[in-house]
Amino acid sequence: MTELTLVQAVNRALFDAMRSDPDVLLLGEDVGVNGGVFRATDGLLKEFGAERVIDTPLSETGIVGAAVGMALYGLKPVAEIQFLDFIYPAFDQIVSELAKMRYRSGGQFPCHVVVRAPYGGGIKGGLYHSQSTEAYFCHTAGLKVVVPSTPADAKGLLLSAIRDEDPVIFLEPKRLYRSATGEVPDGDPAVPLGRARVVREGTDVSLIAYGAMIPPTLEAAATLGTEGVSAEVLDLRTLVPLDEKSVVASVEKTGRAVAVHEAARFCGFGAEIAALLAEKAFYSLKAPIGRVTGYDTPFPYALEQLYLPDAPRIAAAARAAMTAG
Amino acid sequence: MTGADEPEPLPYSPEAVAAALGDSWRDVLLAAERWMVLGRSLDARMQALQRQGRVGFYGAATGQEAVNVAAGLASAPPDWVFPGLREQLVALVRGHDLVAYVHHLFADARDPALGRNMPCHPTAREVHYVSMSSVIGTQVSHAAGLAYALKLRRDRGIALAFFGDGATSSNDFHAGMNLAGVFGLPLLFCCTNNQWAISVPVEHQTAAPTLAAKAAEYGLAGHRVDGTDFVAVYRALAEAIGRIRGGGPAEMIEFVLYRMTPHSSSDDPGRYQPGDWMARARSHDPVDRLERWLAEHRLLDGPSRQRLVDDADAKVRAAVREAEAAPSPPPPTLTQGVFASAAPTVPGIP
Repeated sequence: MTELTLVQAVNRALFDAMRSDPDVLLLGEDVGVNGGVFRATDGLLKEFGAERVIDTPLSETGIVGAAVGMALYGLKPVAEIQFLDFIYPAFDQIVSELAKMRYRSGGQFPCHVVVRAPYGGGIKGGLYHSQSTEAYFCHTAGLKVVVPSTPADAKGLLLSAIRDEDPVIFLEPKRLYRSATGEVPDGDPAVPLGRARVVREGTDVSLIAYGAMIPPTLEAAATLGTEGVSAEVLDLRTLVPLDEKSVVASVEKTGRAVAVHEAARFCGFGAEIAALLAEKAFYSLKAPIGRVTGYDTPFPYALEQLYLPDAPRIAAAARAAMTAG
Repeated sequence: MTGADEPEPLPYSPEAVAAALGDSWRDVLLAAERWMVLGRSLDARMQALQRQGRVGFYGAATGQEAVNVAAGLASAPPDWVFPGLREQLVALVRGHDLVAYVHHLFADARDPALGRNMPCHPTAREVHYVSMSSVIGTQVSHAAGLAYALKLRRDRGIALAFFGDGATSSNDFHAGMNLAGVFGLPLLFCCTNNQWAISVPVEHQTAAPTLAAKAAEYGLAGHRVDGTDFVAVYRALAEAIGRIRGGGPAEMIEFVLYRMTPHSSSDDPGRYQPGDWMARARSHDPVDRLERWLAEHRLLDGPSRQRLVDDADAKVRAAVREAEAAPSPPPPTLTQGVFASAAPTVPGIP
């Protein structure tokens, strides 16, 4: 075990993956000499050389398009998009090409690319360094979508993503890059895709969150505990494929659910959680399903703390569920 | 100049053709003639079947045969082909089974890609012919990535990226050309300039003097070739492929040719093409031009040409019969293969 920050854990996963498999390579803007603007790829160029740690020209469509071509040949490219906010030039490559290649070719061309992107607010990044637009990718068949919240999960899930056979959008909560620290297994922590984690057990209300929303959700659960409300906190970890069983099992136990994400509310991932519970846990529900989310606005600069869900808002939604009906 | 509808003669002596194509020039030209005739038979039959409602969609390559056939003859695996809409003949010349391709056009259970992509979007991995989308230009940066992989592994082979004149305005044309220049990739850009992006003439795609001129901005050589002159096309391709296989940098060839059909079965060129377009196009019919030359040099006569046509028609008819007898893809395949293994977000068909 080693104590690491989340961004260090990402870096360790990349080292481990590249050491154990010569087909793994990295490409993106500033990932080589500079080691990434968040230093996620620090030191990799020195160990693996410029052929496998590729500083690309500034073109997101070129980065992901080239990664697709590399994967068609059997390499395992890990593409970095510097901020999720800059991924849209590559959106066409991701949704039209990467996601559909296996299906449209009748399985002749599997296309395994991991696209890493820091996402989310809380770093005073304004409209274009803060967004949380995972729902766009969750909506596209053929993509797996992964969001770690701890250093151990960041390493374990990234290794699983790189060893997977399908395209993975790997969203890193940049707000936690340095603020989240924790023990990380030195070998392969083997965190499988598609399994949620119960971070805190409880019996009265399920708080369902992921990524950078886990710390404020845990803070809310602690506050609720002092008020005699036993909140369960579920970290989804993988949005696609969603661990439906764990979500449904938690709410069957507690009877109340609040979905938390910093993305905008309308058609956000919380809507999918609410629909899932309406379909599969309806008769267990004792209260309407709550959602605590960002606002349906562009991501603001000056008022970002107002925009982002925090522990008081999450706790308030849980209290509303407790007193409903 | 010849009159309207008369093919421009190919301006070569047999000695000049031998110099351009090598010692086996007769075999190359006769193979080209045979494949061009097959391509034309396929286009005619499929356009008719589409109008009868028996094939859902068709994008003919009529007018582009010289490029497709030459590319199929001048390259082979381990080279990889990244096609656009009209390069299926490249796959067939490389050895993709005609019957399998017609199954694809009918989107039946024997389509190697299970009927998932629309007609004229085949996948033929066995001949290194990569799956394509209908989005214009995206394959260009795929070709760059695959060429990077070839170079990284020190493997033999090059990538050939095909795209039309319209694609030279797309994001991925720029991205792919730029990557090829920066990283010195083994990649040949093949631009089939048929002068129309559906209704928009090539003059409206760019103010550059030619499409080939764009290559210089990426530090690459760009060539412009008469895409209806088989000899010139084959020579340009073979030479460029040879240079790139030998370690040379990426290159671009602009093949100037004439779209002799609507853009696709869903298009009406009467709305936008000038009245004399087809006459001009017919004078640059690559099949006519080659056949005239072969006839003048006593390599092809009427009866032997007719045998090629009859043989091609028979093969296409037989493939169509087989495809029309095949069932649709079974319903469970709808939700299979989205991921490597079944995903819980995709409920199976009961």
